Amino acid sequence: MKIEFVLNYKPQIIEVDLARRLLDILREDFGLTGVKEGCGEGECGACVVLMDGKAVNSCLVPAGNIIGKSIVTLESFKKTERYKMIESCFLEAGSVQCGFCTPGIVMATESLLNENPNPTEKEIKEGLSGNLCRCTGYNMIFKGIHQAAERGKGLW
Amino acid sequence: MRESISKPIQRVDGSAKISGEAKYIGDMHFENMLFAKTLRSSRVKAKIKSIIKPELPEGYFIVDKDDVPGFNRMRTVVSDHPLFAEDNVEYIGQPILLVVGPERETIYDIITHISIVYDDLEPLYTLEEAEAKSTVFTDYHYDKGEPDKAFAVAVTIIEDEYHTGYQEHVYLEPQGMAAEYRDDTMFVYGSMQCPFYAEGALTEALGWDAKRIRVIQTVTGGAFGGKEEFPSLTACQVAVAALKTKRPVTLIYDRDEDIICSTKRHPSIVRYKAALNQNNDVIALDVDVLLDAGAYNGLSPVVLQRAIFSVTGVYNYLHLKVRGRNFMTNNVPSGAYRGFGAPQTIFGTEMLMHNIALKIGVDPLDYKMRHMLRRGDPTCMGGKIRDIVKLPEIITRVTEMSDYRNKVQNNVKYKGIGASLFLHGCGFTGNGEQTIQGKIILKKSGENVILKVSSTEMGQGAETVLRKIVAYSLDLPIEKVLCEAADTGLVPDSGPTVASRTTMIVGGLLRQACLELKDRWDEAEEFEVSRSYKHPDFLNWDNDTFQGDAYPVYSWGANVAEVEIDPVTYEINVKKISAVYDVGMPIDETTLRGQMQGGIVQGVGWATIEVMTTDKGKLIQKNLTDYKVPTSMDIPKIDCEFVSNPYEFGPFGAKCAGELPFVGAPPAVVAAVSNALNVPIYSIPITPEDLMEMDSHEN
Repeated sequence: MKIEFVLNYKPQIIEVDLARRLLDILREDFGLTGVKEGCGEGECGACVVLMDGKAVNSCLVPAGNIIGKSIVTLESFKKTERYKMIESCFLEAGSVQCGFCTPGIVMATESLLNENPNPTEKEIKEGLSGNLCRCTGYNMIFKGIHQAAERGKGLW
Repeated sequence: MRESISKPIQRVDGSAKISGEAKYIGDMHFENMLFAKTLRSSRVKAKIKSIIKPELPEGYFIVDKDDVPGFNRMRTVVSDHPLFAEDNVEYIGQPILLVVGPERETIYDIITHISIVYDDLEPLYTLEEAEAKSTVFTDYHYDKGEPDKAFAVAVTIIEDEYHTGYQEHVYLEPQGMAAEYRDDTMFVYGSMQCPFYAEGALTEALGWDAKRIRVIQTVTGGAFGGKEEFPSLTACQVAVAALKTKRPVTLIYDRDEDIICSTKRHPSIVRYKAALNQNNDVIALDVDVLLDAGAYNGLSPVVLQRAIFSVTGVYNYLHLKVRGRNFMTNNVPSGAYRGFGAPQTIFGTEMLMHNIALKIGVDPLDYKMRHMLRRGDPTCMGGKIRDIVKLPEIITRVTEMSDYRNKVQNNVKYKGIGASLFLHGCGFTGNGEQTIQGKIILKKSGENVILKVSSTEMGQGAETVLRKIVAYSLDLPIEKVLCEAADTGLVPDSGPTVASRTTMIVGGLLRQACLELKDRWDEAEEFEVSRSYKHPDFLNWDNDTFQGDAYPVYSWGANVAEVEIDPVTYEINVKKISAVYDVGMPIDETTLRGQMQGGIVQGVGWATIEVMTTDKGKLIQKNLTDYKVPTSMDIPKIDCEFVSNPYEFGPFGAKCAGELPFVGAPPAVVAAVSNALNVPIYSIPITPEDLMEMDSHEN
């Protein structure tokens, strides 16, 4: 079936099986490999993208649910000042190790700070509760997000 | 004078990972690529009577044991795991064949139409059954002093038994491998720790010379030991498929599949008999270590070695009798996982000391301190502790950071505090380094230096740390120090990226080569300097008797954990971990802190929420919904410090680091839980159900 949606601010019309996962549409049909598959069941958050500004696990979103929606992936978000702030704070805080969870965590961070530009530590923890990281033990990611919020005042 | 090497720099691979540009194996596309999916055993133990295959559509293939041109076994320490099942299957999830083709939907459809006729055989489900039936793969012994005499004169003998469970690595990137046969060479790409292990396995599976094989590590999304030996299996499978189909073949696991069939931390039983003198000090230990190796032995003998060489922890027991056995069961094979056998025995010994202290009514930390190793003491294998043991300083600091002394005396029910003391032997066990003879090359190329090593970056920061060692040694900016790809066609075999050996051993070789390169810098625009590992003369090891220096040096640490137990649900809330480590010298404090924080959280997970069990050979926890790893909501506050204790033979004084934090966290957490409820604990993971039962029993 033909569906219309907006991907990284560009309107798209695609022929797709409505049950096809958004994750596969992004990775396979559009080559957006910044979106990662870590579990395929909504537990790990490696495939997080923004749908109408909210973080969603793209492995759980069937094509039928994106009709008329706006999807933003890291490939587009990385061109923004907000991204640059997150990147520099993550680098400094040691928020990245193997990097497989990182794209999802960057998108979850954007979603969190967009809703709440001054999150408390507890709110940062809650904001990341859908993203698994097995390398860092999380504390150094919290620090990166906290720094981004502090230094990026006015960006969100 | 430059700043201290410990001062953090930004990771060299950070930006590519944050931006999503880093290409993992699942992100790579090969022209004319085919997909592969594995058909696995659904039986615990059975004879395969026949395999009924449907007619295949054009362009689809079945790849099985008959397609393997060489030896149908995965090469590792014991090469017993078939690449594709032959007459029998020995565990649920054992690979039987691959279905390969251009469309995944069609591949799944073909798989559902293949029927396998099995003749079920009598399986062994548990370690206890395996012990009763004596299905021993490996049986090791060693003694120290005169244990029999010591037990004969003991005032008290205490017997305890400790159990630990499975642990799944949950590297965020599942296993993945691809192979491409072109120019009479097999190119294998994938997520892995040890490209030369895969190369070695491929030479046997294909029956080819290594010159016709290139193994190239792709960006690796976490490993923790789970991508040590296991990728050798998938590397051989995809290579055989690429050879048959003459097209590139890629095999990427789903998470569920990865959990079902990949290696895990060995479940263990460790039995102790401790001989106490009139002062209640332990004068002798009799230890019996049992590991569940699963259906194939594979790497397990070496895991067992580290397990039994770590049984004494940081303590100097005069007399020892140690036995270790790997048992065959019909469970998924166990394998390498951060700590490599040491976490099981360090946990047992730490809890034994804790529980003896409770029995005799002294503070567990004070009791442990009465037994600590000092410089000059013999190790449990008759080697020697050559360097200063800074445990007293470490303990002073960690008790200050946590206010341990005060809190342990004002014990309130449901709130607990506990301490662990631990060490980790640096580098390969026994004569491993001598056998491997790791080699490195440094190439001067104009103003740049190119580092050629087979050590892999899997998230731990190896590339940053190794480049930093070279940059600092040559007084160059890090941008001028480049790293060749971990490609067996381009780099020498520096040994596998395992055993916390990379910084100390490979970094040490690079540092030596830098000294020569610096002297010869003006000789030419382009030249190479190489170094191979030489075992220091003062170290002796006999691998038959297990006598001598099993490790050249040790890293040390102490943790204090603070927990709160929910009085209604008995959930364990780990509030804080205070940690102090001696890893010689930090090469990069941020990278090192990342290792420590991550290792602690994995250890907390193993001790508490990471429950993985089998029922009649079938894993109960098959996905990340069932198998819980710590999330951002589950983690403690972590305070972490380092004491400096430079090691003469490590680069800039560095020793081992990556596994050490994992070893230390579980016994500290369990000691704290024991303290909170005033009960001894003998088994991990500790579930709320167990705690509730223990507490009601206590009341």
